[in-house]
Amino acid sequence: MNRQTNRFAPHPTLGGGRIDRSSPIGFSFDGQRYSGYAGDTLASALLANDVHLVGRSFKYHRPRGILGLGAEEPNALIQLARGNRSEPNLRATQIELFDGLDAASQNRWPSLKYDVGAVNSALHRLFPAGFYYKTFMWPASMWMTYEEVIRNAAGLGKAPEGPDPDRYEHMHAHPDVLIVGAGPAGLAAALAAGRTGARVVLADEQAEFGGSLLCEDDIAIDGKPAADWVAAVVAELASMPEVTLLPRTCVHGYYDHNYLLAAERVTDHIGAVVPNTPRQRLWKIRARQVVLATGMLERPLVFRDNDRPGIMLSTAARGYAVRYGVAAGRKPLIVTGHDDGYRTALAYAARGAQVVAVVDLRPEPKGPLVEAVRQKGIDILAGYSATGAFGGHRVEGVDVAVMTPDGSGLARATRRIGCDLVAMCGGFNPTVHLFSQSRGKLRWDDGLDAFVPDRIHDPVGAPQASVGGAAGTQTITAAVKDGIKAGLEAARATGSTARQPAAPKVEEPGSGEHRTLWVLPSEKPVGHQGKHFVDFQNDVTAADLGLAAREGYRSIEHVKRYTTTGMGTDQGKTSNINALGIVAATLGTDIPSVGTTTFRPPYTPTTIGVYGGRNIGKLFDPVRTTAMDAWHRANGAKFEHVGQWMRPWYYPKAGETMRQAVDRECLAARNAVGILDASTLGKIDVRGKDAAEFLNRAYTNAWLKLGIGKCRYGLMLKDSGFVMDDGVTTRLAEDHFHMTTTTGGAAAVLGHLEEHLQTEWPDLEVYLTSVTEQWAVASICGPKCRDLLAELCDDIDLANEAFPFMSMKEGTVAGIPARVFRISFTGELSFEINVPRRYGSALWNALMAAGEKHGITPYGTESMHVLRAERGFVIVGQETDGSVTPTDLGMDWIVSKTKTDFIGKRGLSRPDLMLSDRKQLVGLLTEDPTEVLPEGAQIVAQLKPQPPMVMLGHVTSSYYSANCGRSIAMALIKGGHGRKGETLSVPLAGKTVRVTVTDPIFFDPEGSRRDG
Amino acid sequence: MQLVPCPWCGPRDDAEFHYGAEAHVARPSVPADCSDAEWEAYLYLRRNTKGPFAERWNHAHGCRRWFNVIRDTYTHEVLASYKPGEAKPDIGETDRAQKDA
Repeated sequence: MNRQTNRFAPHPTLGGGRIDRSSPIGFSFDGQRYSGYAGDTLASALLANDVHLVGRSFKYHRPRGILGLGAEEPNALIQLARGNRSEPNLRATQIELFDGLDAASQNRWPSLKYDVGAVNSALHRLFPAGFYYKTFMWPASMWMTYEEVIRNAAGLGKAPEGPDPDRYEHMHAHPDVLIVGAGPAGLAAALAAGRTGARVVLADEQAEFGGSLLCEDDIAIDGKPAADWVAAVVAELASMPEVTLLPRTCVHGYYDHNYLLAAERVTDHIGAVVPNTPRQRLWKIRARQVVLATGMLERPLVFRDNDRPGIMLSTAARGYAVRYGVAAGRKPLIVTGHDDGYRTALAYAARGAQVVAVVDLRPEPKGPLVEAVRQKGIDILAGYSATGAFGGHRVEGVDVAVMTPDGSGLARATRRIGCDLVAMCGGFNPTVHLFSQSRGKLRWDDGLDAFVPDRIHDPVGAPQASVGGAAGTQTITAAVKDGIKAGLEAARATGSTARQPAAPKVEEPGSGEHRTLWVLPSEKPVGHQGKHFVDFQNDVTAADLGLAAREGYRSIEHVKRYTTTGMGTDQGKTSNINALGIVAATLGTDIPSVGTTTFRPPYTPTTIGVYGGRNIGKLFDPVRTTAMDAWHRANGAKFEHVGQWMRPWYYPKAGETMRQAVDRECLAARNAVGILDASTLGKIDVRGKDAAEFLNRAYTNAWLKLGIGKCRYGLMLKDSGFVMDDGVTTRLAEDHFHMTTTTGGAAAVLGHLEEHLQTEWPDLEVYLTSVTEQWAVASICGPKCRDLLAELCDDIDLANEAFPFMSMKEGTVAGIPARVFRISFTGELSFEINVPRRYGSALWNALMAAGEKHGITPYGTESMHVLRAERGFVIVGQETDGSVTPTDLGMDWIVSKTKTDFIGKRGLSRPDLMLSDRKQLVGLLTEDPTEVLPEGAQIVAQLKPQPPMVMLGHVTSSYYSANCGRSIAMALIKGGHGRKGETLSVPLAGKTVRVTVTDPIFFDPEGSRRDG
Repeated sequence: MQLVPCPWCGPRDDAEFHYGAEAHVARPSVPADCSDAEWEAYLYLRRNTKGPFAERWNHAHGCRRWFNVIRDTYTHEVLASYKPGEAKPDIGETDRAQKDA
């Protein structure tokens, strides 16, 4: 185990950082064992062990080190853990260290130090901006080949292949005030809002609240170190019953009407499964008010080979020293256009590092921070450029030179300064991601050289405020003051009248004017020597952006896609503004006229698991089962999904194929007794004095005169004239009907009927109730089914005259109160026995027991389909597809000619629906009776050696019919009704099947079997 | 993600609702009297307003009632919510697309 050679000794007054040196933690990186301390991130622990080289870049495979301190990190992408818990592309800067943590670098082969792909860097002239578009567009047929090679070479991490073993959960929150970010501004806002008694949620992506205050050692609040103020505020917030504190929770999406999503890492930092605890939790937050206190992100400087490991953001270098007690280098060099860089110089100098120089872009830096550095005897190179870095796996030095006054070139020759760390500060961007996601408008601030929030988008009185760094505020003093004000205002808007608490007194170093240069000048222009990286993760250089601009790209949205700048997993957190600056400079315009790209959720990569939550596996979609489900399972049924229902598909006996089972079931249903679980049919109770009139409008046929106890088949159309559903409806009383619908269409039919009742015919008094789940239905059919039912039912006269086809009787079956319907979907004598659901199983068992001697045979949906097709009965959704009329189906007989109106009547007389060459339903018989056509197969009249051919239509249903002793099929064919007797062709892969067009009725065309 | 004000239940997340497109497209009382063009317009022709727009919503996972909302399709501002049969509030419906042009 390596020693932590880069850990600073604790400082007598500044302390040793926020790590616990009494709690060492062992971890591994690329198989090597290291140790760190509790409170470390993987990044800080690696740096403590002098590991700077942590990854290879995406395109050029250049060695890369840690650039940042948190969510902005573009380089240090890590694959964590193994097996199905493995997770790629995590930022080392955000991974909390735990014992046994197992991390690996990405995008390198065979090893991080000796990476074959690095040859890409030597071949960089082959990889210009728009490389993919220029190289792989031709020939198009080769793209699949190219893509595979590219995917393998230019990869990030690897996704695990098996299912995620962890559990994720969702939570809903409805706070008065949601505060995003627990830095100085967010804490102040939470305190002010919390003291009013408002319901407050305070979320921060980090493990510890405090934000930037955790990384500074030169700020005092109320005379004490800033960390003490943080601790006091957090303690007070924790004591408030209406305040919810969510550390490790990244608010990453801001949607309409103050709806935000946040992902909480519940156990990731523990590195083990915790019983009864999800790994991560998705918070769905609808907030009355939102306070965005998301802080700022630092910009890198763009100079030659600025991607060498050991070159990092100035605030990151300081954060490692102050928060984690880590020397990111012992000989740091600062390159800055901003006073903030001087704070990093002071932080390192105070801890005993040898700061070799501060390279300042400004010709005349001044102010207290500059003076303090000068007093330490640190060399300040004012008006200098860092013209380039050198070093391989670690920065070894920087070339510097005096610039011309306008910063566009060099005034003198370069000289080289040795160092082992470069801390660079190119300025600060307010973290406006969430603000922009909420459709707020940004404004370019010339003073800050950054976009700041301008106008919020608040269409429904759900306001928000940006405070602190997120609003462009420069000082902690102002951040805390603004935070208090925003927190209080937010709480007041919810009704509280509390007074504003006093702002604490903040002592912090003052800051002077800064200077922004988008590219630091070198001896040669960009693109001619070395690489000036803008987007580190996607390997986009200043030269690439310049090339895109010269090639004519003007919109930043196009430049982004062409160069891929800002399109990595970091979404350009460190690169977007630099890219804008460079493009604007190349085009000779200003940044506001180039615009900014759209910020989209999520703010940082978020696991798919957390979005899925518990809605996976069996809970992904409800599974509906019937009362007889246990019997089906016990008797070996194969199931199929019909909507959410699980329906028995067929019941194979030992050794039977599906075809053999279906043949047996179909023969039994016509020669003995078949029994079908028909419970899933949609059932709607229709009641009210206008119920008959309503049905008369909803169906194509006449309903007013249907007798009580009588059933009628109905076809339901949309107003367009196209078929939407069918089913049998029975009149139970003058004002009471029992409607059935297709299994899959039940919800849509109910919605369709409710819509018309509520919006078109509110004058009708009709009440609709879904009763699908209230009834269990066993449908028995076949020549012996009357005998079977007679054994179990002694209070209904089952004789044909007493109980004719299309009627319903109430009675008892096997002692169970039942409604028995004489309706048939097979053409056989048939009874559908409806009992309350709780008796479903008892009814089924009684029928099976009594039916045994009659050869009762359960059949599933497959046989049901075959049996109805033998009789030419359509299935809505199989023979229809939303563009089929009753005429197309040959069902004109059910469309009333006398009714003045029904839903769909006017639609049917539209000219296109009356054409004679519409696709019409016919039967098809293959020349070879054993040939079963595939459903969906296309039908042609004129066969050609190869497509394209004129397609007349397609096969809608196709089966082998044991009852017919041959295959049968139904099809929709252009002008089909006039083609009966014609021979057509069905071209299939490798063969063509000849078919004859027939009536779509294949069995018992006279319907002689209906009454037994 | 939007909050939809149901006149019966109050504001609810839009996941509870079914969107019903343009409001106040009445089904002709005597469809047989409609020309083909009139019937086509009733069936298929809908405005595609960018701006305040009267539209129908159904609280499908709540009270199952239909109602009308005037909502700005660009800003998602909800200007009014009212029951079927109630008069449409007098809110100027300006199409932003026309205004932009």
